[in-house]
Amino acid sequence: MDNALEEKNLYARRVTISNSLGMHARPAAKIAEIAGDAVHNVWIAREGSKADAQSVIDILSLCITAGTTVTVEIENSNDKEILEKISALIESGFGE
Amino acid sequence: MESTGSEQTVIKGIGGSPGICIGKAYIVDREGVDVIKRYKVDEAGAAQEINRFKNAVEKARQEHAAVIESLDDEFGSELNILEAHMVLYKDKMIYEKTVDTINNEKINAEWALKKVSRQARLRFKDVDDPYLKSRADDISQVAEKVMSHLTGVQDIRISEINKRVVLVAHDLSPADTSQIQLERVQGFVTDRGGKDSHTSIIAKSLRIPSVVGLGKATSCVANDDLIIVDGTGGRVIINPDEETLFQYEERKVSFERYHAGLERSSYLPAVTLDGEKYSLLSNIELVEEVVAAKDNGAEGIGLFRTEFLYLDLKRFPTEEELFIKYREVVELMAPAPVTIRTLDINGDKVNPSLYSMEEANPALGLRAVRFCLKNPQVFLTQIKAILRAASSGNVKLLIPMISCVSEIVEVRKIIDQAVNELETEQKEFNRDIPLGIMIEVPSAVIMAESLAEHVDFFSIGTNDLIQYSMAIDRRNRQVAHLYQPLEPAVIKMIRMTREAADKKGIKITMCGEMAGEPVNIPILMGLGIRELSMNPGSIPAVKHMIRNLDAKETKKDFEKAATMSSAREIHQMLHEKYKELLFFNGQE
Repeated sequence: MDNALEEKNLYARRVTISNSLGMHARPAAKIAEIAGDAVHNVWIAREGSKADAQSVIDILSLCITAGTTVTVEIENSNDKEILEKISALIESGFGE
Repeated sequence: MESTGSEQTVIKGIGGSPGICIGKAYIVDREGVDVIKRYKVDEAGAAQEINRFKNAVEKARQEHAAVIESLDDEFGSELNILEAHMVLYKDKMIYEKTVDTINNEKINAEWALKKVSRQARLRFKDVDDPYLKSRADDISQVAEKVMSHLTGVQDIRISEINKRVVLVAHDLSPADTSQIQLERVQGFVTDRGGKDSHTSIIAKSLRIPSVVGLGKATSCVANDDLIIVDGTGGRVIINPDEETLFQYEERKVSFERYHAGLERSSYLPAVTLDGEKYSLLSNIELVEEVVAAKDNGAEGIGLFRTEFLYLDLKRFPTEEELFIKYREVVELMAPAPVTIRTLDINGDKVNPSLYSMEEANPALGLRAVRFCLKNPQVFLTQIKAILRAASSGNVKLLIPMISCVSEIVEVRKIIDQAVNELETEQKEFNRDIPLGIMIEVPSAVIMAESLAEHVDFFSIGTNDLIQYSMAIDRRNRQVAHLYQPLEPAVIKMIRMTREAADKKGIKITMCGEMAGEPVNIPILMGLGIRELSMNPGSIPAVKHMIRNLDAKETKKDFEKAATMSSAREIHQMLHEKYKELLFFNGQE
């Protein structure tokens, strides 16, 4: 793997929405809360569209249903912990 | 104002929750807030506007928090909604954007907020999902609250209403509805909202009729107008004439009688007028749902879905974990039967850290029994847990997505292995439990006779059977209209399956959503399906249907349907014949 790609992967995680209701208001609020602590931008991306993870409204407008795979992205290595936290939250099905 | 002799007006909307009420209108008027001035400010003025805006948000949040504080636990679902709103006040797309807009455009706070909330709402314009579409209303409600603090226009305190009224509003926020004193409101009527909006959800949980999405109710209705809310038909009738009033009074009485009857009769057996006995069972996913199943008069669990334990963990669950969960349900239901369905999941839904793969067509991919046979250790663990739980009660084992005979032969091998291991481990278990398969793939219908030689019962899963037979993804709006349980092809499939089961002398159940819709019941009865499993909430209405049908008559219905070539025709025939029975199920 070349360096640039490896570097990029460090800043992004692909995760699948596993809770049956998909990305509804409460999960989005949990993500926005965590992303709120980030130093730089945090994004939730799917199929070409991207949402600001610090905004519940933006996340909801992506219309993410159960089973969808999304990419969580950060822009700065200082936010790696945020990336891990959000990915883990999504993978856990938001504890629902 | 009410004027004697004013003409009867009917407005059509969306039925938010069923039922009928007749009463005087009480309008919750928010129009004062809708007139918003726009003016330019200078640098210093902008700073002031930002301050004013921040103060208004803070006040609105405090007020909101006080409402949450004052609510009891019984408002569970509303609390969630209110808490979600709490976050929206400070959402970047509203809060920061409004501040930015005031700064950049040098305009007053009200106008900036109006502009920003409109942009935020527009993001949901092209969204198809009704739940997400309803979130646009959340944004409006939060923005309106802040706006009322900016403009100083006070909300009407719904808790101060002092007569029994029909509430007419542009929209009702969860904060509004949670302050309503129930005994004073007999129905809701709103301009906005849809079937999944908060007003509908709340009205349903309060069992109050409501009609939403009327568009112009607040401008057509005057305070104290007599109005009829027909939540079943999704209609509002303003100033009804005497004849209409009389008709609706009768309907109201029979609706109430019907519901009281439903509740009383949910413990009675599902026996037809001519004495044929049916079995109504419940579909559940969680242990907690056993209570709802029993309360609604289920005679057992016809489908216990077992996926949930596989979605939460970062690893596959252990035999012990599964065993404990299964045993709980089995013990709670004993001696009534519990049919446990093995893992029915797409490989891609299992926690990706356990199993990651990309499939172009997950519905046609490695799912359910296919996934289990590819991962025999996972399957074996689940089968062992089920066989162990079977020693505590009446358990049946159900395998999903069987599409050919060789799969069931392989499943048998795994069961044998499970038995061997449990014997070696000297654990208590029961090997003598009926083994059944879901009939949900067309090839299984065609091969039903051969499959029947290997199993003790069939369970027809209509959701997938319809999807695979008609080759449609019902979540795809472009083709969802083709998803019709009463499609002649579907009825024929069910018939073939039933005939194969009869010929081989094995039992047959139906556990798809088709079984929970009263309108389908005459056909299913006519087809000879005697055991139906459905969501707990559907049982009372289906039971009521069965108790009012004549089994011999349904044979005729079925024969008549068999001559028809479209779902529409069959639907129409049933609706005409059973109009009275179906009306109050909201299926008119």
